[in-house]
Parts: sequence; structure tokens; C-alpha cells
Amino acid sequence: MGIKRDSPPLTRSQELWLLACAVLTLAPGVAHVPAWLLAAAAMALFWCAAIWWRRAALPPRWLLSFLVLAGTAGVFFTYRHFFGKDPGIALLILFLALKLLEMRRLRDGLAVVFLCYFLLLTHFLNEQGMDVAGLTLLALVVITAALSSLAHAGRHVVDHLRLSALMLAQAAPFMLVLFLLFPRVQGPLWGMPADAYSGMSGLSDSMTPGSISNLSLSGEIAFRARFEGEIPPKPQLYWRGPVLRLFDGRTWRSGIQQEKVSPGGTATESTVRYTVTLEPHNKPWLFALEMPLAPPSGAIVSREYQVLSKTPVRSRLRYDMQSHIGFVPGADEAETVLRRHLDLPGNNPRTRALAEQWRREAAQDEAVIRRMLDHFRMEQFFYTLTPPLLGENSIDQFLFETRRGFCEHYASAFVFAMRAAGIPARVVTGYQGGERNPVDGYLIVRQSDAHAWAEVWLEGKGWTRVDPTAAVAPNRIEAGLASAVPAGEPLPFLVRADLSWLKQLRFRWEAISNTWNQWVLGFDPQRQRELLSRLGMRQPDWKAMTAAMAVLCGLLLLGLTAWALHRRARIDPVQRAWNRLSRRLARIGLARQAWEGPADYTQRVAQARPELSPALAAIAGLYIDLRYGKLAGKEARRKLRGMIADLKIPPSQ
Amino acid sequence: MQPVAAFKRWLFRLYGPEPSPIVLTQRRVYVLPTRPGLAYAAALGLMLIGAINYNLSLGYALTFLLAGLGLVTLLHTFRNLVRIEISPGRVEPVFAGDAAHFGLQLHNRRRPGRFAIRLNLAGGEAVTTDLAPEASTAVNLPLPAHRRGWLRPGRVTLETRYPLCLVRAWSYVEPDLRCLVYPRPEASPPPLPLTAAGESGTARSGRGSEDFAGLRTHQPADSPRHVAWKAVAREQPLLTKQFSGAGTVQVWLDWDALPPDLGIEARLSRLTRWLLDAHAQGLAYGLRLPGREIPLGQGERQLQDCLEALALYGD
Repeated sequence: MGIKRDSPPLTRSQELWLLACAVLTLAPGVAHVPAWLLAAAAMALFWCAAIWWRRAALPPRWLLSFLVLAGTAGVFFTYRHFFGKDPGIALLILFLALKLLEMRRLRDGLAVVFLCYFLLLTHFLNEQGMDVAGLTLLALVVITAALSSLAHAGRHVVDHLRLSALMLAQAAPFMLVLFLLFPRVQGPLWGMPADAYSGMSGLSDSMTPGSISNLSLSGEIAFRARFEGEIPPKPQLYWRGPVLRLFDGRTWRSGIQQEKVSPGGTATESTVRYTVTLEPHNKPWLFALEMPLAPPSGAIVSREYQVLSKTPVRSRLRYDMQSHIGFVPGADEAETVLRRHLDLPGNNPRTRALAEQWRREAAQDEAVIRRMLDHFRMEQFFYTLTPPLLGENSIDQFLFETRRGFCEHYASAFVFAMRAAGIPARVVTGYQGGERNPVDGYLIVRQSDAHAWAEVWLEGKGWTRVDPTAAVAPNRIEAGLASAVPAGEPLPFLVRADLSWLKQLRFRWEAISNTWNQWVLGFDPQRQRELLSRLGMRQPDWKAMTAAMAVLCGLLLLGLTAWALHRRARIDPVQRAWNRLSRRLARIGLARQAWEGPADYTQRVAQARPELSPALAAIAGLYIDLRYGKLAGKEARRKLRGMIADLKIPPSQ
Repeated sequence: MQPVAAFKRWLFRLYGPEPSPIVLTQRRVYVLPTRPGLAYAAALGLMLIGAINYNLSLGYALTFLLAGLGLVTLLHTFRNLVRIEISPGRVEPVFAGDAAHFGLQLHNRRRPGRFAIRLNLAGGEAVTTDLAPEASTAVNLPLPAHRRGWLRPGRVTLETRYPLCLVRAWSYVEPDLRCLVYPRPEASPPPLPLTAAGESGTARSGRGSEDFAGLRTHQPADSPRHVAWKAVAREQPLLTKQFSGAGTVQVWLDWDALPPDLGIEARLSRLTRWLLDAHAQGLAYGLRLPGREIPLGQGERQLQDCLEALALYGD
């Protein structure tokens, strides 16, 4: 048009809308923001509210510039860089808070709204639960209402909210189509900054006394498993994790992992098939029942029968597994490998001496193992989550002095003793057991199920599992942690056995959130392909998906267009009856003109066709009474309709 | 520029004044994203990349919901404008230099209300209005009138960004509107040429308002003060009393009597000023232009006739 339009100033109601959406946007992310930034943002919001309330002037530009600089410097000193999600979110929050102090014109208002939309996304970096989703939806309705208030300041709050909810409801089908059919790409698109996955817990590739008992204090879910068929009995549920071979007297570590060359065996009747949904733990290992047969795609099985993903598990991962329960591998293990499983540091002399004594007394390896387990069983050993701290010769101290320990103490002492007795042995960590959720049938394995056991190599058999914890606390294996530790131990609240109603509630909640995880959060390229082929798409590649997406979106748009165009004004029944009469008369060339009232029209028609005159006069009279007079009611309307229908209009000569 | 203008005329169907009522059918309502709409799309692109990179399922969901919102707002904006009916309204004549106001009637025959409809004329200020459900409203579009004569406003742009500012729907209409623009009255003219008229003595034959001279049939332009109310009371048709204007001062405003070095527009401007002055003083006046003469007369009608003659001089 050639005329430069300046952005109009914001009204007070618009400012209030924008303030509300800033508050709702920032609220869900409060827990993940550094304290100083949280305080600064809260102050900016209060400041903005005070300015609004007292109709005061906005702070001057120079002050805002200074605050931007100060805040940016603060972000830099907190994170030491500007890249990655945390500093990025911090900067966005800073800009949003300060933009509120600079709201003068419509343009500023739009900037605030777009910032809010963007910030909503960043909450999902930290949490994607249903609660966060609900809060986000609420914020979305308000932000969209704020946007509509920017387009029209004069309407009522409720009108804006209703419109926003209506539009979002109409947008939901598009979301569904795009969500299901948008060709998914497995991220990341580029290398992630190191801070992307802080705060994930799980087993590590080393074990010191106390590391597993610490983990056991957490009731967090490690993974879920869904079995084809029956879940094997609890004592068979050994979920194999990192295998630890190197020992320095205190800490066990895993050696270098090599891919297993030969297949682990063939599927037989005792093969169990199951799908694991692993929570992210930022480590490459996957968990599988002993012993895994074949790796899922994108993973390998190592020589030590550990399943390893090629990349760390940084988002919830679902994989199909097959395991051969009771399979004992490695009967033909090479001599050099076995020798590596005999290495011992020079400390812990008493344990070493004891083991060597057993060796001398027993002819076979099995007898030595039995001796050791009997030792645990007969002597006064205790299974506890709060073992005393151990010093330099941790195994000597544990076996001969404290005698109180958790599974890692028993496994560690057992393997040490076996090696001292000349039997190749190693520590295996992972999870043991799990709990079946009766609501959805998934087996839930928690961090509190973390466990450590031992494997010894026996001539003619191979790597045989020995769980020394089972000797001390058989209940741990049979029934789970809660029944194995003495009362009064600091168990995670939800693992405790006594609160059964709470347990029911928790099962229900976890089943719902599992569905959410599986179908909403876990909707990845693989699940997308599965679903689409189940829905009958023969070749769900990106071309087919894009085509289907375009077609469905087009159909939705068509439907909405029809809605937008064909909502005619409601015509009242009296008017409709009158229109009908006009249409009928139009057929004999006496159409009603736009300016003609009922009296004029019927008069004109009566002049042209005198034989219709009496009937028309009656109809017009009734119509005038109904439309302009006090006459009302169904009866009168029906009469009018009847008179018009009964009117005989002979064709003109 | 010619082909571009021709293309625009073809695209937007601009073929001169249209018969009323003009209905904004779906074929003549255009929609395109606004600049904030493009910014919104760009933000969605960034959000999608973020969702892919961090494998955020809910990020996808949010981005797709907002993308759906963008499509939905396209239709809402479209629906806000489509099927509005426009008919021309009142247009009062103005003097050049003032703003002409073109009246338009907008009709909403549908149930949903229409909001933040912005109308403007090329070169004029925009007017924003709402339309209640199944209701009509009148708007006045201002346009500065620079030149005397008929002012045609050309096309009216109706546009709306409601409800989310992300999309602009607009339509061009050309209602049959014109405004008569009188010449601008001269700011400081010489006094009315009264003396000439008085001395000549020939101008006494006109009708004045002093002595009763008879009755004639009433015409709408006659002043109600001159209606023969007594005759009306006798159930006769409306009659107007006529007077011989012996005492009325009469003035002829003559184009040719103006100084010869005065230009056309300056002459018209001075005559306009004199007309207004004569009217204000209640004089009887006539106008002589090259090729046209308006006899002596008085009243609103006489003023309008004379001003119109001046406005359209040379057309």
C-alpha cells in the first residue's frame, strides 16, 4: 500500500494476557532452572505486574540493555558456554522475562507469545510425563488466547479462551495425522553437548562396596519387559548387565569388550521371547535375561554375553530379545582368557589363605564352591542395605570382621576367593527379579532390583552362575528385596511390601504411564513402521508416509473449509414458510422483489391473478401477525405452513 | 508497470464499480500469512529440529499441534471475511481540501460474528469494525479530497487478521461510490460584488421574500416557512407562497466579471467563497458561468445547484 504502518500500542488487557502466559509458561520448568535465574525471572514478573497495576512507565531502554548484558554474563558464568540445552533454555527464559518489561507495541506482544510457544518445548527436555503434558496444554490454551487478544483487544476473556480451545481442538486431528505419519528420523542430528544427559541413574561399569546398595535405595524404574507367554519364575530372572573382570582390591571393573563371533546357540523350546523398554541411563549396555541368544538391531553381544548398544542409551529404548534360560556358555573358552580370570591384587591375605586351604582340602572345583557357600550359610553373615564402611583390605574385613554386606560384598568376596583357589571367576552385575504389574502384565524392574552375582568357569560345563547372595538371603532371590532385608531398613517407600492399597494404586498409575511411554513418548521410527504396517500400509517408507500425510491433511482441511463456508444463518420458520410462498409464486413469474413487504407483494400478485386473492390475503394477514405482531406459537406457525402448502397455483394461461 | 497492473486487475477481478450488494464470495477472498505468521512458521521449524534432535515425542506433538493451529487459523481468518455483503451508503459532498467520507453498509448474514474487519481506501485512513451475528453496520471511510469534481474512491480493501494475527485475509471491492467535491473556497477574497447588482436595477425581477405574490405547487426544496399552511388546513395539497423580492438584495456572481488575469481554479475558488457568503447573508443570488447560467434564487437547493455547477465546471 505504500503506507508504513506502525505497530499499534498494546492495551491493558493485552498486557495482562501476556503476563499470564509468561507465568504459565515458566511455571512447569521451575525445578530445572538455576536459582539466580529463577529469582531474576520472578522479580521481572513482579516488576511487570507492579507496572501494570500502578500504570507506571516501563523501565528505560538503557536499564534493560544493562539487564540483558548482566543476565547473559550470568548464564555464561553458570555454564561456561552458550551451547547446549541448559544455557539455551536459560537465555530464552531471560529474554522472555526482560521482554515483559519492554512490552509497548503489538510487535513486542507477538514476540512474547512466540517465545512462550518455544519455551513450552524446552520443558520436554527435562520431563515428558503426563503431568507436564497437561500443564503444557493448559499453557497452550492461554497463550493462544493471548495471541487472539492481540488480534482483537475488545473481546471478553471467556470469548478468547473459548476460541482458543476451539481452534486447538480443531488443530488436534492435524496433530494426530502428523504425529503418526510424519516420517520419523532417529535423532540426534548432530553431536550433543555433554550436558544433554546429566541426571540419569543406573548401573555403572565398576563396582565398589556400597555402589549397588546405594542404587537399591531408588524405586525408579530401570526397565520394563513384556513377555510372549508366561513370565519365567523369579529365581530365573537374572538380567545380565556389565560383567566385571578386573579387580584392584577394592573396585571391580569391566575389561575391554569384544564382539562374540560365534552364535550363542539356536532357539529351542526353552527360549523366551520378550520386549524390553529400557529407561535412558546414558550407558551403552542393554539388559537381557541370561543368556542372550542374538543381539537386537544396533547392538552386539560381547564375548562375555553382555548386550551392548552401539551408542549410549539416551532416550527410552525398546528392543526385542530372545534368551536361552539355563544355557551355560563358554565350555571351550581359551586358556589365555581363563588365565585372565585368575588375576588378583596382592592384598587381602586372610581370604587368600582361607581359599588356598579349601583348595588343598577339596579335590574338585565344585567342592570348593560348596565350601564357600556353606561358609556364608553357616557363619553369622547378614544381608543388609546399610553395611559398614570397609577399608584397604575390604574383603578380609568383610569376611572376618564385619560380616554385614549387600550383594556386591558377597559377590566380590566369592569371586576373590574362587580366583585365589584357582578357579576362573568373574562378577556379573545387573538386575534380579522384577515385579509383574497385574494391570497391564508388564514386568517392572526397578533400580532397587539391582544385583551382583558371580560366574565361575567349570571344566566341561563353562561359565556357571553362582549367586552367593542366595546362600545368605534366599528370600532376596525368591521374593525380592523387601522380604530379604531386616525390618527397619531404609527401603524405597514404594518397594515396601506392607502398603498393599498403595501398591495397587501405584500399579495402576504405572500401567497408565507405561502406555503413555510406549505409545506417545516411545513412538519412534520403529514403532511407527510397526503401527503403519499393522494399519495396512504395505511399504511404510517416507514417500508413502508423506503421501498419506498430505492426503489426510488435505481431507481435514476440506472438512474444515466446509465448516467455515457452510454455516448459514438460521432462518426462523415463519420466514422460511414465507420464502417458500415467494418461490412458488416465482414459478408463475411473480417473484417477490427485494423491497416488497408482504402487503404490497400480495396486492401485486392479487392484481395479476385475482383468483388467488382471498387465499393470499389470508396468508399475508397471518404472516404479518406472526412476524410483526404479537401472534406466536407452534400452532399458528403450522397453520401458516399448511395454508401455503394448500395454496393451489394454477399455471398462468 | 503496465503488465503488472493488468495482471493485478485480472487476479483480483477489478473491473470498475460493481452493482450492489457486493458479496465477498470465497473466490474473491485471498489469504496469505503475515510477517508474524512467517515468524511463527520459522519458530515451528526450529521446534521441529529440536524435537528431532533430542528425540522429544512431546516436542513433535507440540510442534504438530501448533502447525495444525496455523492451518486452522487460516480458515478462521478466511471465515471471518467471507460472505460479508457490502452496499454503498451515504456520501455527502465536501470542499476540496477536506476529507470525503464514503459510507458503506456491511451486512453479516451468518451466525458467527465478524471481528476486527479493517477497511481502507488507497490513500485514506483505515477503519476497523466488528459485525455482530446476523447484523449490519455502517462505516465511513475517510479519504482526503484534493481536487474538485467527482471523487471516485476506487477500490476498498477489506482485510482481517483475526483471530491470531498469523494470517491476513483480504478482498478488494469497488462499490459504486462517488463524492462531489466542491472547489475550495478562497481564503481571503474581495467582498461580494453587491454594488454592481444594486446599481443596475435590472435584477429586481427575481423572487424575494418581501411581498406576497401568489401560490404555486410545493417542491421538496422549498423552505417549510413558505408553505401555505392555511391551505393545508383546508385539505388542499401543499402549496408554496411566492413573494416578489422588492427588498431582497440580489447578486449575480459572474465568471466574466472577475479580473481577466485570474486562473480557472482561482475563479472557481472565489466564486465558491462568494456563493457561501451570499447564502450565509440570505441574499438572492445567481451564477453565470461560460455556457451556463443559474437564475437568481435562494435556499439550500440553490446553493447546492450552484456549487455543483462550479465543482463540475469544465467536465
